[in-house]
Amino acid sequence: MTQAMKFTRRGFMAASAGLTFSMTFVPGLAGQAKAAAAPLQINAWVTIDPEGQITIFAPAAEMGQGVQTVVPLLVAEEMDAEWEDVTVRTAPVAAAFNHAMFRGQYTVASLTVRGYWIPARTAGAQVRAVLMQAAANEWGVDPAEVSTEPGVVVGPSGQRLSYGEIAALGVEPGPLPEIAPEDLKPASAFRLLGKDVTRVDMREKSTGAAQYASDIQLPDMLYATVARSPVTGQTVERFNEEEVAGRDGITHVISLGHGVAIVGESTAQVFAAREALEVDWSQDAKGLSINSDKDREEYLERLHTGEPDVVFSSTGDIKAALEGAASTVTKEFFTEYLYHAQMEPMGAVAHVTAEAAEVWTGTQWQSMALNKTATITGLDPEQVKIHQLYMGGGFGRRAHTEYIDDVVTIAKEVGRPVKLLLRREDDVASARMRPLTVQRVTMALDEGGRITGLHHAVACEPVSPYMYGPARWEADAGKDLITMRGSALPHYGVEHQEAVHFYEMRGARVAAYRGIGAGYTKFALETMVDQIAREQGRDPLDYRLDMAASDRVRNVLSRVAEMSDWSRVREDGRGLGLAFTEYGESIIGVVAEISVNQENGRITVHHLWAAAEAGFPLQPDTIRAQVEGGMTFGLSETLKEEITVVGGQIQQANFYDYEVMRMDEMPEIEVEILRHGDMPTEVGELGLPPVAPAIANAFHGMTGKTLNHLPLSPARVLAALEA
Amino acid sequence: MIKFTINGRQVSSAAAEDTPLLWVIRDELGLTGTKYGCGVAACGACTVHLDGVATRSCATPLSMAEGTEITTIEALASEDHPLVRAWVAEQVAQCGYCQSGQIMQAADLLANNPSPSRDEIRSHMAGNICRCGTYPRIARAIERAAQEG
Repeated sequence: MTQAMKFTRRGFMAASAGLTFSMTFVPGLAGQAKAAAAPLQINAWVTIDPEGQITIFAPAAEMGQGVQTVVPLLVAEEMDAEWEDVTVRTAPVAAAFNHAMFRGQYTVASLTVRGYWIPARTAGAQVRAVLMQAAANEWGVDPAEVSTEPGVVVGPSGQRLSYGEIAALGVEPGPLPEIAPEDLKPASAFRLLGKDVTRVDMREKSTGAAQYASDIQLPDMLYATVARSPVTGQTVERFNEEEVAGRDGITHVISLGHGVAIVGESTAQVFAAREALEVDWSQDAKGLSINSDKDREEYLERLHTGEPDVVFSSTGDIKAALEGAASTVTKEFFTEYLYHAQMEPMGAVAHVTAEAAEVWTGTQWQSMALNKTATITGLDPEQVKIHQLYMGGGFGRRAHTEYIDDVVTIAKEVGRPVKLLLRREDDVASARMRPLTVQRVTMALDEGGRITGLHHAVACEPVSPYMYGPARWEADAGKDLITMRGSALPHYGVEHQEAVHFYEMRGARVAAYRGIGAGYTKFALETMVDQIAREQGRDPLDYRLDMAASDRVRNVLSRVAEMSDWSRVREDGRGLGLAFTEYGESIIGVVAEISVNQENGRITVHHLWAAAEAGFPLQPDTIRAQVEGGMTFGLSETLKEEITVVGGQIQQANFYDYEVMRMDEMPEIEVEILRHGDMPTEVGELGLPPVAPAIANAFHGMTGKTLNHLPLSPARVLAALEA
Repeated sequence: MIKFTINGRQVSSAAAEDTPLLWVIRDELGLTGTKYGCGVAACGACTVHLDGVATRSCATPLSMAEGTEITTIEALASEDHPLVRAWVAEQVAQCGYCQSGQIMQAADLLANNPSPSRDEIRSHMAGNICRCGTYPRIARAIERAAQEG
């Protein structure tokens, strides 16, 4: 990987207008010595060895969503490579691999494929152009007369040179050609994209061979765990240092200020010592007053009597729309704190010396990992190496890098390689949660019963200040996309809309969580749309079809209705519910078939159908898998997941009291992927938001009762049935 | 000193007898396909076979391994077990972290019930959490392995 960087400068400069690119040249290549046996390095992304083996570097964080495969596939498509010849390696942290919108290696918001859509294909086109030029030079012909077939450059008289043969010529690529977006292949010419390939990580993830940070073993390595303060801002006042340090195998006990690190000869000894640790934390942190039950009532009170802190989004004139409405409907919704519950607890490996630092981690933010390691060690960024690995679940949790701060600090202190791993209990206790929310939604209806206006108020802790700091918060004018996503209804032709945010800055440790705001805003909105339809005696599908602002929406709704046989009335105490949501540019319709046990309040979900339209589906089966997984995540937060906070302390400890979906409770899931246009759009979070409203709508259809509080625990279901 | 067989190899460990077997397998023996998820036998990521029976190694003290034969994912991988092939064919894994445990749990099922029904699969696999939500594919992969053998 260092080899890959040696010849490379910043490969691409993102222009300020978002997805427009200009190429910058890579002058370093001119100085490259001829070496026929060495692989040909054309740009940061691609090397070709003389045997024809092509290495493509994957820039984004692979957390199960398939980007280790699909981003290199973009490169291969444009360079006209045979996919069988390609080996994928994980890219180093370098500007050449920056995401086009995030200007760093940062994998969030379901935007990876969109963000690399131009840069990766441009890199591939550049490689192809260099290979064609080299072949033309070899043959003494005009490069305009040569073309490619998969893996081969073809000359005007039928001359052929494979990519490997060109690499073996020992060519000097010279300045790299400029490639404009319009020079890239049209979708109609794609040979690889749009057809499923086996994911490059599939075999190693089916054999135990895939490496995660917790699997790294280095010579002379020590093991560490950290007990972090339950509430952000608390510090260590005293702890039983002697007792912990005296336990078998413990080599160091270090106060980090915000926590205590225990370091020793084995994970088992460190974990055992952690159980013996007792810490007195300072009692001065703001978040110590957080209490889920009390706060929920206070949030609601503010929605009734207070003024919002910011207008997040606005179109038309909502005030006039509400005043002039034939009728209005107002409802309130509640959701609880959630924990990511990624299967691999947080951790990383680091080795810090006076001259260099190395970190082995699975992170969603490689660029930040590098910057923080440099800052903590005082080393130059060039002295820091980040080894990006697979991760046992991301879901937004690994967009935070505080565990990298910890492991680098510990490794610097002990002077030996250190593997940090949290116990599950500490992972839960230091959770960065999806915020608790209270929402109040008012919809204006005209005389025909159509929705003409939407006012959506959300009270919750904003996430952006925690993730990005005060400067970004100020630059964004206090608009927090993470918590407010999904608060509009863009696809029903609702002319007058306003979404407002009531900040609840109580010091909760919050984060982006798969689906972000849409996980609860869509629960509120789609539940209301459905109830408004039913209150008018309308079929919820027909009502949405009438309001649909485009054929795209009608198509998705019609398709999921067909898949679920929507018009067939279910028997045996089962009922259907529908929801339609967007995530960025993608849209999805979901139907849930459920039954309700009226005695114990348990909802059983028997079947979920989804029709999802995600632009041009580059890897249809991977997209299906992501939608299945997103829907399962949605089921889990709808039916089971709940963190309760009392006195700032998370009350749950492990999977026995923070329950997630398991296989015996899974419905059948059927997903169909629809194509729209020639660009890929958001996938990773698309499946989550529609599940909760589809289930609540099925319940309402069967019982006439409203479920407005997630998760839909048996107690809440029973309370709704009795209401 | 506790002696046992792992993937056909005789090994011994001097770790304390109450050390969770998981950490001996991972830290001492370097077999890292078996994962830590919860430490309390609640998620299944650490599943191995102990004398042929699916066992949560995170909650199994080393002393219980004395004289037993232990099998981990690495053994199933090296023999290209039908479940490994089916897992690839059905494109099961997402993040992949839980899948070793899932495959070991599924292997225990197929060893005792070569043609399980969908409900038998669901109930046998209920102790293994997959946070990515690959359950539908896990079920299909087990059915495929049962058919293809």
